[in-house]
Amino acid sequence: MLKEYKTIQEAAGPLILVTEVEGVKYEELIDIRLQNGEVRHGKVLEVGDGYALAQIFEGTTGINIKESSVRFTGKPQELGVTENMIGRIFDGMGRPIDHGPKLIAEEYRDVNGLPINPYARDYPAEFIQTGISVIDGLNTLVRGQKLPIFSGSGLPHNKLAAQIARQAKVPGSDERFAVVFAAMGITFEESEFFMQDFRESGALDRAVLFINLADDPSIERISTPRAALTCAEYLAFEKDMHVLVILTDMTNYADALREVSAARKEVPGRRGYPGYLYTDLSQIYERAGRLKGHKGSITQIPILTMPEDDITHPIPDLTGYITEGQIILSRELDNRGITPPINVLPSLSRLKDKGIGEEKTRKDHAATMNQIYAGVSRGRDASELATILGETALSDADKAFAKFSDEFDHRYVNQGYHTDRTIRETLDLGWDLLTILPRNELNRIRDSLVEEFMPSQDEAALALSHASSEASSTATELSKSDQALVELVKGDI
Amino acid sequence: MKKGIITKVSGPLVEAVNMDEARIYDVVEVSANQLIGEVIEMRGDKASIQVYEETTGIGPGEEVVSTNMPLSVELGPGLIGQIYDGIQRPLGQLAELSGEFLAKGVTAPALPRHKTWEFMATAKVGDEVVTGDILGTVQETDIIQIKIMVPPGVSGKIEKIESGIYKVEDTIAVIAGQEISMMQRWPVRQPRPFEHKIDPNEPLITGQRIVDAFFPVTKGGTAAIPGPFGSGKTVIQHQLAKWADADVIIYIGCGERGNEMTDVLMEFPEIEDPKTGKSLMNKVVLIANTSNMPVAAREASVYTGVTIAEYYRDMGFSVALMADSTSRWAEAMREMSGRLEEMPGDEGYPAYLSSRVAEFYERAGLVECLGSDERQGSLSIIGAVSPPGGDLSEPVTQSTLRIVKVFWSLDYALSHARHFPAINWLSSYSLYQAKIDAFMDKHYRGFSKLREKAMGLLQDEDQLKEIVRLVGQDSLSDPDQLKLFTAKSLREDFLQQNAFDEVDTYCSMEKQYAMLGNILSFYDEALKALDKGVYLSEIEGMEVNNKISRMRYVEEDKLPEIREIQEELQNEFRRLIAKREA
Repeated sequence: MLKEYKTIQEAAGPLILVTEVEGVKYEELIDIRLQNGEVRHGKVLEVGDGYALAQIFEGTTGINIKESSVRFTGKPQELGVTENMIGRIFDGMGRPIDHGPKLIAEEYRDVNGLPINPYARDYPAEFIQTGISVIDGLNTLVRGQKLPIFSGSGLPHNKLAAQIARQAKVPGSDERFAVVFAAMGITFEESEFFMQDFRESGALDRAVLFINLADDPSIERISTPRAALTCAEYLAFEKDMHVLVILTDMTNYADALREVSAARKEVPGRRGYPGYLYTDLSQIYERAGRLKGHKGSITQIPILTMPEDDITHPIPDLTGYITEGQIILSRELDNRGITPPINVLPSLSRLKDKGIGEEKTRKDHAATMNQIYAGVSRGRDASELATILGETALSDADKAFAKFSDEFDHRYVNQGYHTDRTIRETLDLGWDLLTILPRNELNRIRDSLVEEFMPSQDEAALALSHASSEASSTATELSKSDQALVELVKGDI
Repeated sequence: MKKGIITKVSGPLVEAVNMDEARIYDVVEVSANQLIGEVIEMRGDKASIQVYEETTGIGPGEEVVSTNMPLSVELGPGLIGQIYDGIQRPLGQLAELSGEFLAKGVTAPALPRHKTWEFMATAKVGDEVVTGDILGTVQETDIIQIKIMVPPGVSGKIEKIESGIYKVEDTIAVIAGQEISMMQRWPVRQPRPFEHKIDPNEPLITGQRIVDAFFPVTKGGTAAIPGPFGSGKTVIQHQLAKWADADVIIYIGCGERGNEMTDVLMEFPEIEDPKTGKSLMNKVVLIANTSNMPVAAREASVYTGVTIAEYYRDMGFSVALMADSTSRWAEAMREMSGRLEEMPGDEGYPAYLSSRVAEFYERAGLVECLGSDERQGSLSIIGAVSPPGGDLSEPVTQSTLRIVKVFWSLDYALSHARHFPAINWLSSYSLYQAKIDAFMDKHYRGFSKLREKAMGLLQDEDQLKEIVRLVGQDSLSDPDQLKLFTAKSLREDFLQQNAFDEVDTYCSMEKQYAMLGNILSFYDEALKALDKGVYLSEIEGMEVNNKISRMRYVEEDKLPEIREIQEELQNEFRRLIAKREA
C-alpha cells in the first residue's frame, strides 16, 4: 500500500515541494490527486532529509496545496513497450490518445534509457537513399546517424522531414523498418501536416507517433523524446527494425527545460538555458546508433528552429557539437523559390565517407562530391565578386564557376518535395553539371573517373533541361505525382 | 569504519551525514548498488559526494561506505590497447558483463588479473635502489617494452628478485622488506613525481604539414585547438594520434560522440604505425566518457588519462595525450559547481576554472625521471576546445590560451571551402618556433628560412586579396599576381592535406622539406623569368605546375620524384627564358 502525503508545502511554476516524506528516491514518478479528483503526474528532481522537490508534467495550475495529495510510485517513469505500438498515437508521456484498443506491454522500460557502451557500438556505414540530391549526393545519410535539420521560423523544414520519412530507403534491401515521430510543442496544423502526409503515403501504418502540441503541458515535452526513443530502442534492438526517429521541434524541448531550471532557481548558462543543456541534449541524441550483433538501427532526424536564424544560439550550437553533421535551410534560397532550400556549403554529414563508394553508391561519388563542393564554393565567391565589379571583371574560369553554382541551385537543389531521385540519377546529374566547368579545373577527380563518367556536352545539356522540367512539372502536378509516389515508395526506410 | 547516511540526492550530487571519518577526495560506495562516488566537500560530518553513475532510484536513508582511498588508477602491464571509461573501468569487459548498455554498479578491474606477463629482471639481489629505479622489463605489446619501476616511497636493498611469468598482483621483488608487484596505484588528481623539468626543444613530428612546418609543438609541449563544430577538431586530433612520433598515445574522448570512439576503435587497429610498421593499437590507450555517460566521470576522465600518460613518461617514453574536448570537461565542472551552489564566475563556470585548466596542462613537460639512470621522458598535451558559437572570448578558451604555447585556430570559412585541415595560418601561433627552428635547420638545411618566406607570401596574399576585392585582379602588377599564384599553390598544394587519402594523410619531414623547397624555388625562378620578359600567363601554364600540385600524392618511398621536380622546373624556366630571348 503506497502512502498518500497531504503535505505539499509549496507550488511554484511547474514545481511542488512535499515535506515530511520518507523513502523517496531520486527521479521516481509521483501521482498528484487534486482536490477535484483529477490525477496528474510528476517526477522527483531532488530528495533531501524529509522533503522532495518534484516537477509536475501537466503544470501546477489549479492545484490547491492544502487539499491535494501526493503518492510516490517508487519507480522511475516507465513506458510499456510492444510491437503493437506501431500505427498508434500517444501523448507526450506515452499514453495512447487515439481511442484504439488497449495495449498490453511486453515489457516496461525506464524512459531515461541507459548509455550505450561505446565499445558495443557498430559504426554506421549503410547508405540511406532519401531521394534528395543534396542529401544523397553531398551530405549522405547513413543508418544509425543523427542528422538534424537546422531551420528557422517559417521555413519548410516540415516538408523536408516528411519527404525524408516518405522516401528514405536502403536500395536493394527489404528489411523491416518503422518511423517514430515525436512532436514537441508544435501547432495542431504542423502536426496535422505530418499526419496527413503519413496517411497519404501509407507511412502511418508503420509509424509510432508521440504528440505534444503547443497547447499541451510544456513540461511534458521533457519526457516526449525520451518516451519516443525508448519505443525506438525497443523496436530497433529487440525487434530488429530499422527505425527513423523524427524529433520536432527541439527548440521547444530546450525551452521547457529552461522553464524547469528557472523555477528551480539554478545558475543559468548562456541565454538562460541551464548549464547541463549539453549533457541533457546528448542523452537524447546519443540514443541513435547501431549495436554490434544487432540487425536494427536508430537513425535520428531532429528538427530545430534557430531563433533569429542564429546558428550560434545555444540550441543549434550545442546540437551541432553532438550530432553527426547538420542540414541547414536557408531563408535566401527559400525566398528565391528553391525547394528544398538547403544551403549546401554549411551543411555537413560527418559519416558520409563511410557510407559511399564503390560497393555502396558508386566509385565516383566521393570525388564528384568534393568537386561539386569546391565548385559551388568558388562559384559563390565569383558571383559575389561579379555583383561588386560587374561580370566583365571575372576571368573565363570564374564565369564558368558562377554559372555552375547558379545551375547547381536550380537543377540540383531545386527538385521539389515530390521528386524521388535514385542515387544514380543524382550522381549523373552531378556529372552533367560538371560539364559546365573547364576540364582542367576538375582537379579533385582522377582523370580515369572523368573519362569513364563525364557525359558529352550535348548529352549533359539535354539531361539538364530534363531535370529542370521534371522539377517544374512536379510543382504543378502535385496531386498526380503524389499518387504515383505512394505506389513507388510503398516501402522502406 | 562508520557508515554514512544519505540525506539528499540531486542529480550526480549526493549528500550524506555521519561521514566525519572520510577525507576530501576519498572514493565512496553509494547505496546498496555500490555506485562509485568521490567526496568533494566536507561540512562537519556532512559530505558532498559526486557520483560517477546515474543516481536514479537512490534516496535518503541509504548507506554510504568510504573506501578510504582517493580516486586512483591501476598502472602496470595491460593498459595498452584497452578502452576505459572516465574512472578506468574497462568498457570491453563491461560489455561482456552487462551487455550493450552500461548498467549501474557494474565494474571490473582495470588491469586483467589473470593475464600473465613475462618479467625480465634487470636489477639483482643486493642492489641499492631508490624510487623510480628500474627493476626489470615486460614486453607489453609488440612495440612497447615497459619498465617495472620501484614505486614512489620505496627504497633500499633488493632482497629478492626473479625473472619469470607473473600476474600483475604477484610479488616480483622484495625491497627492504616490502613486496613489490608489477601493478602500482596512483591517485589521479595528484601529478606523479619526477626529478625536474627540462625546457623542451625537440619537435613532436606529426606528419601534418601545417603543424610541423608552421606551428610545431615540442615533445613535452602543450597545444590547443579551439574551433566551432564542423571545423575538423576531431579529425585533427585523430590525425595526431595516428601519426605523431610519440612512443605512447593516450586518447581521451571526453564528453564527445559515441560513434567517434567507435570509429577510433575500429580504425586504429588497421593503421600501421609509421615508425614500426605494427598496428597502431600497440601503443594506444583510449579513455572514452562519451557525452551521454555520467557527467561526474567525465570530470575525472582527463585526470585518469593524464595519470596513465605520466606513468609511461616515467619510464622514459615520449607520450602524447589528446583530450577531445576539454570544454566538456569544464562543463562537467560547471555542472557540479552549480549543484554545490557555489558562487559562479564567468558564464556560470566556477571561479577555479582557470586554475584547474592550468594545473592540467602543467602536467605536460619534458622531465628527468626519478631514478638513478637520469633517463628523460616527455608528455605532450593537445587539447581540443569547443567554444560555444565559435566565440573565442569565452572562459574555457581564454583560460586555455593563457597557458598553452601553441594555438591552432580553426576557421569556419576554411572548412566551408573544404580547405582541410582548417587551421588558419594567419591567426595561429607556436611559441616553440624559435627553439624548433634550431633543431630543424640542423636536420633540414635552411628550413626556417623557407618557412619564413612561405609565411611572408601568405601574409602578403591576404593584403593583396583586399585590393583584388576592391579593384579586380587585373590591376595588380605581374610580380604581385605571381605572389598570389604562389600563395595559392602554398595553400592548395602544401597546407591542404587530405586525412582520408591513403598517401596524403601522413607526410614525413623529408617530404615536407622537398615540397616547400619546390614551391618556393618555383617562385624565385618565376620572379627572375618575369624580369627577363616571360609572360605571367606562360608561367601559370607551365607543365611543372601539374607536378607540383601532385606532390602530395607521391608515396614516401618515391621521394626522389619530388626532388627531381626541382631540376625540371629549372629546365622549363630556362627554356621559357631562352624562347623569350631568341
